[in-house]
Amino acid sequence: MPDLREIVEVLLLQNYNTRLVVLSTTLLGIAAGLVGSFLLLRKRSLMGDALSHATLPGVAIAFAVMVALGGTGKSLPGLLLGATLSGIAGVATMLLIRHTTRLRDDVAMGFVLSVFFGVGVASLRMVQSMPGASAAGLESFIYGKTASMVHADFLIISIVAGLSSLACLIFLKEFLLLCFDDGFAASQGWPTLFLDILLLTLVTAVTVIGLQSVGLILVIAFLITPPTAARFWTQRLVPMLFIAAFIGGASGWLGASLSALTPQLPAGAVIVIVAAILFLISMLFAPVRGAIPRAVRQIRLRRKVDRQHLLRAAYEILEVQARDGVVRNEPFPLADLLGKRSWTPLQLRRILKIARREDHLETAAPGTIRLSESGFGEASRATRNHRLWETYLIQYADIAPSHVDRDADMVEHILGAKLVSQLETYLSDHDLALPVPPSPHPLAPASTK
Amino acid sequence: MNWTGFDTWIVVIGALCAAACALPGCFLVLRKMSMMGDAISHAVLPGLAIAFLITGTRASVAMFLGAAIAGVLTALFTQWITRFGNVDRGAAMGIVFTTLFAIGLLLIRQAADHVDLDPGCVLYGAIELTPLDTIALGGFDIPRAALVNGIVLLLNLVIIGLLYKELKLSSFDPDLADTLGYSSEFLHYLLMTMVAVTTVAAFESVGSIIVIAMLIVPPATALLLTHDLFKMLIIAVVAAVLAAVTGHLGALVVPGWLGFESTTTSGMIALAAGLIFTLAWLFSPYEGILTRRFREGVREPDSLSANTNTKAS
Repeated sequence: MPDLREIVEVLLLQNYNTRLVVLSTTLLGIAAGLVGSFLLLRKRSLMGDALSHATLPGVAIAFAVMVALGGTGKSLPGLLLGATLSGIAGVATMLLIRHTTRLRDDVAMGFVLSVFFGVGVASLRMVQSMPGASAAGLESFIYGKTASMVHADFLIISIVAGLSSLACLIFLKEFLLLCFDDGFAASQGWPTLFLDILLLTLVTAVTVIGLQSVGLILVIAFLITPPTAARFWTQRLVPMLFIAAFIGGASGWLGASLSALTPQLPAGAVIVIVAAILFLISMLFAPVRGAIPRAVRQIRLRRKVDRQHLLRAAYEILEVQARDGVVRNEPFPLADLLGKRSWTPLQLRRILKIARREDHLETAAPGTIRLSESGFGEASRATRNHRLWETYLIQYADIAPSHVDRDADMVEHILGAKLVSQLETYLSDHDLALPVPPSPHPLAPASTK
Repeated sequence: MNWTGFDTWIVVIGALCAAACALPGCFLVLRKMSMMGDAISHAVLPGLAIAFLITGTRASVAMFLGAAIAGVLTALFTQWITRFGNVDRGAAMGIVFTTLFAIGLLLIRQAADHVDLDPGCVLYGAIELTPLDTIALGGFDIPRAALVNGIVLLLNLVIIGLLYKELKLSSFDPDLADTLGYSSEFLHYLLMTMVAVTTVAAFESVGSIIVIAMLIVPPATALLLTHDLFKMLIIAVVAAVLAAVTGHLGALVVPGWLGFESTTTSGMIALAAGLIFTLAWLFSPYEGILTRRFREGVREPDSLSANTNTKAS
């Protein structure tokens, strides 16, 4: 178990051995978070997956060419160049399929992934039998190990990660347009194909350096997980980019540090799991689009809707009961409520409980209910909103009075004060002297029994 | 070229496996889930690791079960994240399979001292070795892989045969399927289970490359050639079998042409499938690139071909 001093040392990059690894995974996480955000918005998240598989034939061919020229074949720049070129060929194939057939992105990606990977495996086996060079370990040479990073690798990673992050920021507006409405972008004269290719070139660059330094699975996860997690925290693109970069960087930093402290854990896997945990937290708890806050909002809204339905039903019952045109707050039988809406007795009991907690009901004789003072006020307000909206729909939307009830039912709960006063001005020639205008359609009898 | 009984078995196994994958693959392609095969083939790693840690052997039944469960879980988690998180399905898939793969790596590393379980050998099962592993059946020695893939093919045929109408409906209009009383959710999970079992059975015996390629490429080829689901299934199976046969032939012949010694059959099968797709892409009667060009040359371009023109440029 490492002690506190060691932990702090690794996290603050003071440990020479782990500094490079932690720094480069952090940088890579930031770059991949930025580039991946655009992929996510273009619904092409799995592009990194397809691309990383598509680099394999390039590696094999570059190896064969270098051996044929008399080298050992294991020169990193040469292999990276081969990987990049074949990645670009993969992207080109994908775009060509996309633009000349009606096959969709996922099929194009799957095609490139499987066929290029198959070609790669086949050609790798072929070049392994070349005389004069041993290709053993060629795959792990290119699909590297994080722990064995040297200074030169670090330089490559930081330069490429820095440049692609910069490019993302420079072309922010153009990429944004491309992501949200490429048809509009094309009609406004933007070179969408060029922008698409530029974006995919950035993805290729990040994927290739990531492959070499941290491994295949990690690159795929880096391009997908942080942007998807960031999407839960905001509805706007620019904040999303920064959050994605932050989450990517944080998972690279934490994951690499964690794996440096416990030598038997492979860095790539730990980073993926840290990113996945950050994703899970975002998915569940992020206030804007997280699952739990969203569910809470939905439950609140449903309760409000139920309560307002209950109060309006009660008001309409009182209205029918009223003898001289004045609606008074008096107790009425519980059974009347059941007839007003399609409530089951169980549902009604639950809604009554909510209303009681809100202080809308007073204690009354068993079998009857009575609204409280605030409940009665709320009930007349809910009914008034409903009637206003109904009248508006009849007047301006030409909806038949017999059909207007359902339509108003769906909207009345979200009528704000501003909208209500607007409705009042629109409908001011109707008799609004009454606190609650009369129903524009006949009310159903209070009880079906 | 030196054709032996081995080669015959390899071609038969390849064809069985290719056909078994192409059938559910058609539905995956139609449902925009082509990458599921790749996702599952990575995501089964923790299933394999846990099955190994529990049983302590590499007995194939336990490993198969573990992998199949992990495969179904991949589909399940993907669906949950898509639904509850309101996330694009591709992204959900990517998150699930990378995370499961990472967990699998950690599990393997934890038991690394006494485990001979290499993620590489899981992903690169070798079709060339399948004829060696035989079981006696009714007096014949049949390769286990042929039996496994044959059974899977039969199962897929039966399921698709029985539920053809329902699968078709829920692939094109899940809402209509639901309102008519065919649970599109049940059909989705059934299809995913089918894909998971097919994938695991196939790559355990012949390697993941063939599986991933055969789930996507033959159905994509078929989609270029027809607009009818039934024809699509048939064309996909034919293309898959053709790819298996020509792929193995290519593996025997092509390295000699290029001056190399040997290559892998699975890689060449994927390449053959890609070439068949390219042929369809160029010459498809509906939308082949060359067909369209030829047609436009023959008659005056009408508004429809003008449209496709702008799309292509």
